[in-house]
Amino acid sequence: MSSPSHTPPRTGQLKPKTDWSSVVLAPVHFIMGLADRPLRLLQKRAGIGGMAAFFLAPNMLIFGVFVLLPIIINLIYSMTGGSALFLSERSFVGTDQYAKLFDCKSYLDPMSCQEDAFWTAVGNTFWFVVLQVTLLILFSLITALILNRELMARSFWRAVFFFPVLLSPVVVGLIWKWILQRQGLLNFALYPMGFEPYTWLSDRTFAFAAAVGVSIWAHMGFYTLILLAGLQAIPKDLYEAAEMDGTKPARIFWRITLPLLMPNLLVVVVLALIRAVQVFDEVFVLTGGGPGTSTLFLTQYIYETGFVSQPRNAGLAAAASILMGLVLVVLTLVQLGIGRKNENKGKR
Amino acid sequence: MSAAIRFLTRRKGGKGWHWTDIVTWVWLIGGLFIMFGPAVWLAFSSFKTPQGLAEFPPSILPYVTQQVKVEGYEKPLMLYNAKMPDGSTRVLAEVRRIGIVSQMVDPKAPGEVIKVNIGDRQPVREVFFATENYTQPFMQFDFFRYLWNSVFVTVTATLITLIVNSMAAFALSKYEFKGRNLAMLTILATLMVPLSVILVPLYSIISTVGLFNSLWGVILPTVATPTGVFILRQYMLTIPDELIDAARMDKASEWQIYWRIIVPLTAPALAVLAIFSVVWRWNDFLWPLIVLSRRELYTLQVGLSIYAGELNVQWHYILAMTVVTMIPVVVVFIFLQRFITTGIAGSGLK
Repeated sequence: MSSPSHTPPRTGQLKPKTDWSSVVLAPVHFIMGLADRPLRLLQKRAGIGGMAAFFLAPNMLIFGVFVLLPIIINLIYSMTGGSALFLSERSFVGTDQYAKLFDCKSYLDPMSCQEDAFWTAVGNTFWFVVLQVTLLILFSLITALILNRELMARSFWRAVFFFPVLLSPVVVGLIWKWILQRQGLLNFALYPMGFEPYTWLSDRTFAFAAAVGVSIWAHMGFYTLILLAGLQAIPKDLYEAAEMDGTKPARIFWRITLPLLMPNLLVVVVLALIRAVQVFDEVFVLTGGGPGTSTLFLTQYIYETGFVSQPRNAGLAAAASILMGLVLVVLTLVQLGIGRKNENKGKR
Repeated sequence: MSAAIRFLTRRKGGKGWHWTDIVTWVWLIGGLFIMFGPAVWLAFSSFKTPQGLAEFPPSILPYVTQQVKVEGYEKPLMLYNAKMPDGSTRVLAEVRRIGIVSQMVDPKAPGEVIKVNIGDRQPVREVFFATENYTQPFMQFDFFRYLWNSVFVTVTATLITLIVNSMAAFALSKYEFKGRNLAMLTILATLMVPLSVILVPLYSIISTVGLFNSLWGVILPTVATPTGVFILRQYMLTIPDELIDAARMDKASEWQIYWRIIVPLTAPALAVLAIFSVVWRWNDFLWPLIVLSRRELYTLQVGLSIYAGELNVQWHYILAMTVVTMIPVVVVFIFLQRFITTGIAGSGLK
């Protein structure tokens, strides 16, 4: 959005042609025009500064009620117990919920913990984040490098890799559930090679691998796009100069491309981390967290503890979500730090 | 022949093929299959009958066994190519199957019953698109309701987002007031707090204000998007203040300045936000899943996941409805892809 090119403001209606968009917009303009009279009165009362508050109010009101307020009362929730929904009916228990989450004999063995599901989810999420982000960035980088070459129909190929990004997580989950099932495409592809049909998603290891693979499939295009933009921002004359000096392609990559892409790469890594920590939708539809707890991740743990389990345990879910929030806040601060550093570099 | 190969593989500038060219094309073609293949496979599968879906190995096109009406039999009979003991093949209709022996008749001469070993017959198949996979869910189940709910949520939420976000962005970019930076910072800071972190308290607030089991409960928490305010503000900052001053001299009210000057000039950024908002709201899953517990209120995404999670999954309906759910996004993708890609590349929003 950084390169706006405004058409100069039209002075009066010079175009004699019927402008259909104005015909369509006429009723909208009429309604907005009706609002003008009372708002003029308001402006007289409140002044121009007051109008600023008026413009800001709806957004801030919604934002305050549905975003800020929940953040604050989430803290309070995490310190209450019982199965009641409303805060007024809940008993204050201090840090009991956190103590319950952290009550473990050994942190390396989820089964030794009181909330074994939480630690299973933490462990799964950790491995998911490590694997998914590494592979995701690797594939996105390779794809971006390839799309940055002199290529026939580049925008078509870019679209190919971007396509799954827009699909809904439910659709993504169902597409792959269909492919990985017993009569699915994967078994069909393996059949000629002598493999017997297999229900892939009932296999603990494979279900986890599928969760990683499917989420890479779904999100790769997004990161490819950002990296490609970064690659295209690298000045071409650097490459020309290197080529004239007869520099080897590998050396060009390590000495020019990678260092100059580094700021983008870091941002992309942190963005991918932030999103991987919250993994839920597509995996939930694909595996439902199973088989067993092999693909149970943090967000699903929070959802099931707070909304599905009987009795619901909102306090425990809130405490778990605050812990997850802390991780995300740290990651975002790192990202902002990187962004600032990049900006400063640009200024110098 | 070798000349033809040389012609097909020649490259710009007369350079030969480098190994990186081969990697490039293997990657691209492989990507084409892996990225598009699954969705295309799903779309093909969605036209198969339940019998066709249960087949292994599966066929790509939807086939059914041809059926024929035979005199003397009430129901239509399945047609088979049957191998006769003398080595010839005849097209016969199956009357019934007993163990490994199939009793068949010739459709032209239905009098005589011929016994054929079931290993010696192959079904006569034809391509058939089971469009009832699409019509039935809309007629029998509530999918029309779900579709309507999804459209309502998407359209309403996007409209409110555009209005509310652009008003806020206008205030934050064109007015000087105390606390402006604080407001901007608060909005940006909440980028760190995704929905999954505030599920429990948000749910209790929604219940308190009576929006549980209401589509408005799905819409309202999503409309004050920080990304929306941010990209609109960045865009509005580039609109020259002189325009606004000139309008004020002409006695335009602040509201008119917003509506007549700022909004039209911000149209490109609004378009990008609108596209994103439509895709976001159409695809939302976790929050509607929590807020909506009555079947008639489900959005497509929730309805689809609930049906797919049932014990005996009716895959032929699920697949068809998945395709329906995919359609708006595919349309957006085909026609508006350029806006989206520039939007992402420019601001990293998603």
